[in-house]
Amino acid sequence: MANKRIDEATQTETVGHEWDGIEELNTPLPRWWLWTFYATIIFAIAYCVAYPAWPLVKQGTEGMLGWTSRGQLAKEMSAADQARTSVREALARVPIERLPEDGGLMRQAVAGGAAAFKVNCVQCHGAGAAGSKGFPNLNDDDWLWGGDLRAIETTLVHGIRQPGDDQTRTSLMPSFGEILEPGQIEDLTSYVLTLSGREKPSASAQRGAQLFADNCTVCHGADGKGLREFGAPNLADAIWLYGGTREAVASQIRNPHMGVMPAWNARLDPVTIKMLAAYVHSLGGGEDFVEVAENPAVEVDEQP
Amino acid sequence: MTSMTERHKTLEKNVTLLGIAALVTVAIGGIVEIAPLFWIDNTIEKVDGMRPYTPLEQAGRDIYVREGCYVCHSQMIRPFRDEVERYGHYSLAAESMYDHPFQWGSKRTGPDLARVGGRYSDAWHVQHLTDPQSVVPESVMPQYGFLKEHDLVVDDPAANLVALRRVGVPYSDKDVEMAAADLKAQADPEADAGDLAARYPKAQIRDYDGDPTRLTEMDALVAYLQMLGTLVDVDSAAAQEDLATEKGR
Repeated sequence: MANKRIDEATQTETVGHEWDGIEELNTPLPRWWLWTFYATIIFAIAYCVAYPAWPLVKQGTEGMLGWTSRGQLAKEMSAADQARTSVREALARVPIERLPEDGGLMRQAVAGGAAAFKVNCVQCHGAGAAGSKGFPNLNDDDWLWGGDLRAIETTLVHGIRQPGDDQTRTSLMPSFGEILEPGQIEDLTSYVLTLSGREKPSASAQRGAQLFADNCTVCHGADGKGLREFGAPNLADAIWLYGGTREAVASQIRNPHMGVMPAWNARLDPVTIKMLAAYVHSLGGGEDFVEVAENPAVEVDEQP
Repeated sequence: MTSMTERHKTLEKNVTLLGIAALVTVAIGGIVEIAPLFWIDNTIEKVDGMRPYTPLEQAGRDIYVREGCYVCHSQMIRPFRDEVERYGHYSLAAESMYDHPFQWGSKRTGPDLARVGGRYSDAWHVQHLTDPQSVVPESVMPQYGFLKEHDLVVDDPAANLVALRRVGVPYSDKDVEMAAADLKAQADPEADAGDLAARYPKAQIRDYDGDPTRLTEMDALVAYLQMLGTLVDVDSAAAQEDLATEKGR
């Protein structure tokens, strides 16, 4: 095999093999390539020493730096928390109904709430908080359970009809399809639609008025304007959560949908919930919080 | 040097020998990377709260796999700040220890579902599965309304649990015996669920699809979605401390 020779044309040594007259030049590797190759080997050894690398009997090697992906995450999260500490601490201290007194803090809460809303709330209430069928619009001033800061916070914390939360907001509308005759439901529908002026008064609506007085006023009020204590919607306005057509209203009387909102206290911390409440309150329909003691003449929601 | 190249020539010229040598070389990689996971202590974290799936949740899981939900949805929150802030606490290996097969993934068209349990109401899930665009207008998810029309048919719930037990899921004899009854009872708040809640802690017993008179595939799928990521209390202070300081991972 010792047929190594210097190739005349290139002055490079051959590898010494020969196949049917074809020979191969033993061109050396470019130096930059060779040294880069050695450098990667050294890097790999250093990496194995510095970082977790080799699996052993009980667990992997820890690495001199003691780095872990979870530890790094914990550090990053706590750095992010640190950056927000002053705002969060201030928010934690202030009772939510006093929040508007500090304009700067309120603005920061609204900004934080807007971010949290995008992560947690848009799936139901929509990106612009305008809701959709079955999911309330949060931009308007029509509130089922109350629209002041404290009421919104309570709804967020305990949810609506959340299974397993004993402080959740709850109420139950009976399925009148099992209680009333189909004709009576037609009459009742006519009456309900006259409340908001969607239909003109008729004989059917007149018969429905008595049915309404007997069956519905407990929750929806004598004038049909609803009662927040029961989350009973206002039937005399133009806002219809499940549709305002004759068919939709009748269906809601026969076999009502009742919305469920998750309780967020298990998933979000109290400060984030406060921020969310501030954001929702800021969307346009937020109501002022009124303390009973300060002004007994003003009617307030019995349950915050 | 010459003898070394001469010996190597033997290897190069003998295809059987080359095949064996290549297999041995590749196997070293597998042995070093995969095998230790079976004996190293901290592969699966020691956490409280994990339990096998109830028969209804397992049936929902089977529908999830049948419909290919995993093609667009992963169930693995990675330990990065952007993921943790969006989806919740990062997933632990322990949380998929009773998954056969696991539903991790490296591609997301839809969001990660590892902690979707309890995040939305049952009604939301039903509406979203029936018509995803009605709640998320920009969604490209297909419609699964037919799940609500199909009665849930599980040929032999007990046999499913027995099969899972063979691969290491600790179902008790009572679980297997009660499988068919458990399957029905979990979606029917009127029925007597017996000790279902005791055998499967944190099991949620209620009608899921909004129609208590029927047990549909929608019931099973929503039951499964509503329990995802809810078993382990990952946010407890002790758990956080342990996970962040554990070395060699």
